[in-house]
Amino acid sequence: MIKILRYFIILTVVAALAGCGLGPLKKRGEQADTETPDKQVEDNQYSTPSDEEVNKFVSGDTLEVSSLNDPNSPLSQRVMYFDLDSSQIKDADREIITVHAEFLAAHSEITVVLEGHADERGSREYNVALGEKRAKAVKQLMTLQGVTEKQIQVISFGEERPVALGHDSSAWSLNRRVEILYTGY
Amino acid sequence: MIRYSSILLILWLSFSSLAHAVLTIEITHGSEGAQPIAIIPFEWKGKGTPPVSLKNIIAADLQRSGLFAPLPNKDLLSKPHEGSQVKYQTWRALNVGYLVVGKIHSLIDGSFQVQFQLLDVFKGRQLAGYSIRSLNSGLRRTAHHISDIIYKTITGEEGAFNTHISYITVTRGKNNKKRYQLAIADADGYNEKIIYTSPQPLMSPSWSPDGTRLAYVSFLSGRPEVVVQNVFSAKRTILASFKGLNNAPRWSPDGKHLALTLSKDGNPEIYILNVNSRKLTRVTRSYAIDTEAEWLPDNKGLVFTSDRGGSPQLYEIKLNRNKPVGRAQRLTFEGNYNSRATVSSDGRYIAMVHRSQGTFRIAVLERGTQNFRVLTNGQLDESPSFAPNGRMIIYATEEKYRGILSAVSVDGRARQRLSFKSGDVREPVWSPYRVNK
Repeated sequence: MIKILRYFIILTVVAALAGCGLGPLKKRGEQADTETPDKQVEDNQYSTPSDEEVNKFVSGDTLEVSSLNDPNSPLSQRVMYFDLDSSQIKDADREIITVHAEFLAAHSEITVVLEGHADERGSREYNVALGEKRAKAVKQLMTLQGVTEKQIQVISFGEERPVALGHDSSAWSLNRRVEILYTGY
Repeated sequence: MIRYSSILLILWLSFSSLAHAVLTIEITHGSEGAQPIAIIPFEWKGKGTPPVSLKNIIAADLQRSGLFAPLPNKDLLSKPHEGSQVKYQTWRALNVGYLVVGKIHSLIDGSFQVQFQLLDVFKGRQLAGYSIRSLNSGLRRTAHHISDIIYKTITGEEGAFNTHISYITVTRGKNNKKRYQLAIADADGYNEKIIYTSPQPLMSPSWSPDGTRLAYVSFLSGRPEVVVQNVFSAKRTILASFKGLNNAPRWSPDGKHLALTLSKDGNPEIYILNVNSRKLTRVTRSYAIDTEAEWLPDNKGLVFTSDRGGSPQLYEIKLNRNKPVGRAQRLTFEGNYNSRATVSSDGRYIAMVHRSQGTFRIAVLERGTQNFRVLTNGQLDESPSFAPNGRMIIYATEEKYRGILSAVSVDGRARQRLSFKSGDVREPVWSPYRVNK
């Protein structure tokens, strides 16, 4: 009964919001990372939207927009990791990217920012270029699966925004990454 | 000749006054070939104590060049303040080649008159003697000026002690938020001035050859843009804000162009931007990463980092009237990571970031001989930048996971750390001669 009622509410919201665009990219707050040599992962960087926002759209496809806020959805995996000096996408990550690509292809109104990063080693500007190369590798895989250019924005911060603040191989491997940031989510 | 063993000899020089930095001198190799020089503390003619120790500043300068080995205080047999008081025989016994003596007169208007003499111990005569008027705030500058005179008199080359550096610092502001700052300081790290602060990353400062402007990368808008800022007026102009990367700006020797990296046409490529007309010329065309362009003297070419061969290496492309000529030639073959070139102003040396067994160090390639030498021994050394006389390289390294700056002589003979009390310091760039202030 609750399920039916909820479905009804969602339909109403969809009708009311049809044609509306999503809000602008939420600015990520700077994380209050403390500088300890220990490995420390920053807090989750994604803002939590209200239920109303999440239910703006309903899709007839495999994954609904509401899945973006579902921690059990495959869409909740949004970080791909890379080997040293490499922008080669790992096999396991191909599946994750495919899930996002199919979702984005089915929801052409939704946009993402692909944020490329590198670890702290090597030169800073080369790392900015490497971060972009990684993000573009993810973008290419997405566009091959029907996501339009307009839906994807690529940005690289190089080594300037580490997630793990340590200085060892496990921290470095967490920092060589591409993050998928859903605009408005 | 005094010879130090290869054991590290660490001299701590502490400075009084308002100085915020603490300098550590670290002699890293036996200083074979470095000239022993005795710098006698300057006589103070005034009330109280002198605001700075000229002797310490001059000694640190000369030490940093790798060409001189200043005597420690305990070895100073006597403390003459003018040439006529010097008993050369006793200094000859110590095998000290040169002696520096002087006085500081505190004047009634708050300024100073500094007299100094450089003496050749073995010939028993004066090589240079000057009397320099110094404003109240300028005693450190006067000390660097004296270092330059000593350096030039003995070596015949221009000194680069009376110059500046620019760099990026990262500190924590209110709410523990990161604050990125563009700073300028004297070449030894003193007299820091913050000229721009941003909550978003700042990167890659580059001096205009006249020392009046800095180009750098700002992420203030949320993505990279190339900005030019006047050092004195703080006026800022956005010069490149294309789609994708707007990175790695480098001012040309003629001062009219910037080499930079843009990815607006696909992947990162090197372009030359005419600063006045804003006309863009594309330099590289490859499927690979091309970035970190650095100019060769007289705008005759660019050295840049590319992974077109599978790993990042340095390449050179010739320019004719700022247009690329022929194919890029690979310059580096040692190891599988060489990046971020800096070229000495005479074009003789190219310094770079070199990876060796998992560590990143500063290495130098002498172009004529192809002699390749690793100069530093850190774990994460980066961002080398030549002094305008090509004798020293300043670079970023780290100590207990905090970014600090170091200088190394181009022969690797001496290394000196410039450490700052707070924050992370990175990406130093050495100014050209004579920044007008």
